[in-house]
Amino acid sequence: MGKRIGIEVSLAVSEAVKLANTDVIAAYPITPQTHIVEHLSELVADGSLDAAYIPVESEHSAMSSCIGSSAAGARTFTATSSQGLALMNEMIYIAPILRTPIVLAIANRALSAPINIWNDHSDIMSVRDAGWISLFAENGQEALDLTLLAFRIGEDPAVSLPVNVNLDGFTLSHFIEPIIIPDQQEVDKFLPPYKPSLQLDIKNPISIGLLGGPECYTESRKAADDILEASVPVIKKAFDEFDKVFGRKYQVVETYCIEDAETVIVLMGSIAETAMTTVDELRAEGKKVGLVRIRLWRPFPRTELLAALSKAKNVAVVDRHVVLGSDTSAVGMEIKSLLYGSQLNPKVTNYVLGLGGRDVTREEFRYIFDQAASGEAQVRCEIVGVYE
Amino acid sequence: MRAADVPFEKVTAKNFPKGPDSLAPGHRACQGCGEVLALRLLLKSLGTEFIAVSATGCMEVCTGPFPQSAWRMPWIHVAFENAAAVASGVEAATHVLRRKGRGYDQRIPVVAVAGDGGTADIGLQALSGALERYHENFVYVCLDNEAYMNTGIQRSSSTPFGANTTTSPVGSHSKGQYTWKKNMPAIAAAHGVPYVATANPAFHLDLMNKIRRAVAIKGPAYLHVYAPCPTGWRMKPELAIESGKLAVATRIFPLYEVIDGNYVINRKVDNPTPISEYFKIQGRFRHLKEDDISTITNRVNQDYERLVALSERFPV
Repeated sequence: MGKRIGIEVSLAVSEAVKLANTDVIAAYPITPQTHIVEHLSELVADGSLDAAYIPVESEHSAMSSCIGSSAAGARTFTATSSQGLALMNEMIYIAPILRTPIVLAIANRALSAPINIWNDHSDIMSVRDAGWISLFAENGQEALDLTLLAFRIGEDPAVSLPVNVNLDGFTLSHFIEPIIIPDQQEVDKFLPPYKPSLQLDIKNPISIGLLGGPECYTESRKAADDILEASVPVIKKAFDEFDKVFGRKYQVVETYCIEDAETVIVLMGSIAETAMTTVDELRAEGKKVGLVRIRLWRPFPRTELLAALSKAKNVAVVDRHVVLGSDTSAVGMEIKSLLYGSQLNPKVTNYVLGLGGRDVTREEFRYIFDQAASGEAQVRCEIVGVYE
Repeated sequence: MRAADVPFEKVTAKNFPKGPDSLAPGHRACQGCGEVLALRLLLKSLGTEFIAVSATGCMEVCTGPFPQSAWRMPWIHVAFENAAAVASGVEAATHVLRRKGRGYDQRIPVVAVAGDGGTADIGLQALSGALERYHENFVYVCLDNEAYMNTGIQRSSSTPFGANTTTSPVGSHSKGQYTWKKNMPAIAAAHGVPYVATANPAFHLDLMNKIRRAVAIKGPAYLHVYAPCPTGWRMKPELAIESGKLAVATRIFPLYEVIDGNYVINRKVDNPTPISEYFKIQGRFRHLKEDDISTITNRVNQDYERLVALSERFPV
């Protein structure tokens, strides 16, 4: 049944990697991800995880080594943040096309400049289009559970794609929370050993990473997109089976108080807890507000989001990232694009908050709920809480 | 065991590996390419029971246009600058899977192949990391054709002084490449790895034995291979082997090994051929005047003498 303990969320992610009996970890230190790989190196050093730990000289080499290791048939993990993810960028785009089911934990942190070690989502948004399955955790339990799920989903023969698990840097990664650490037998039941359908094998030699000219590049991108789409039922099935084994049920989209809600906030990550508290307060004041949290960011869960937003009159999308030079930010764009042409026609507004570790408070969510419900039209995405 | 004593089956004229080449014919290298010849000999020497990792470059492009591949062993190409890092991951995986009972019951060498740009410039960091981490079954081969030939003959840090390339052009204010060739074998040796060697397809048995020794020794190995490029060097395609012989005879590209930090010169050159003999078959040096050649000769001799001194002070 597992055991509930107080543990730092980063360490809980490492424990999930250990429970997954991961074969290879290639990692480079960067704040605020460091505790994850520090703890993993301890687990390898004290013999509780039989894995190769490659202390690479950069994040670029971390992801390069992961691609090599995964292609050679090993269950593979790494973690990074911010500039590290930016340095990996080139490799991030290659891993899905080579169908290497690497699991990457991202302790989300702002991108430079100015250099800033604190939390927002600009790092993950810089690799939005790369073809990874992308999951967002709200709390520590979820960070652990999604890490286990990431191996299960990514390694499914019908998927064979890398998966990133996003946990907010510091505000999630460095918090000590009560977290159920599952039993090894439970994990073994849920997560079978990795059996790649194709790998670097001297008995059956294949070539991975050939040159793709104009006659096949388009098809390779189309195939990647199709595989991502086809992963949706696999993800949902994995969530169902996770529930059966561990008794915790996840959805690709979580909703809170949306049944009769007129104004709904859509967001991702750990700020959902603050938003829920705000919803509770506003509900106590008689206001019809609700919350939609996206757990599965890529592939984008269109059907579930349309269902979740079907009754809302006002949809306020909260981003943790600014798409510079655009009227709309990343999640805002997706929601607007989703709603355009659907039967739904709510008023959609877009807000950015919590950049570079700026506190996200209930007052800000109150403001957003008010603004979204007001008759005021919004011309551009609003960055909330800017000091004058 | 000393790395110098690690046994391996020597390639000789009599027991030259038979059977099909490990690098299949039909690849798209230029006519007379000395690089693909070196690669073919290296792979032939190893057979097919190893995993190959390629950096982006001439050899990757000419051997692997989808859906064709000339590689008869498991092969992976990921990008330009990271062959050493990808090979690190492959090596770690084969190593750990073997330990955990899910891999092969033998050591699997992992051989990374890159050009001089992918090694001495953009790939230097990844290579340094891999050498320093001391991967047990890791061999890195730099096929050095002395410029970015795949993108059209741009200079690299491995381009020799005076060479005319498309980004070190000769002009009224330029004599071509104005920097001296980066000494990659010395950089590799400085990592304290058990085996570093230079090789040259004009000395094919030496080349084939060096890769065999490299995979036999436990620990990372670095091979720096002279790769004559008729297209980029403005040389007749039939002269690749000739240029290889001259590169050794002029001391421009000495053949040597660094085994556990000890030096052995495989071909001593006491009476070097004038460097002008090497230059005159290559259009890239055509503009050099006598005093330029004299400057280069002095430098080449100085470098060679240093090697001789090292081999006398630290013999294998």
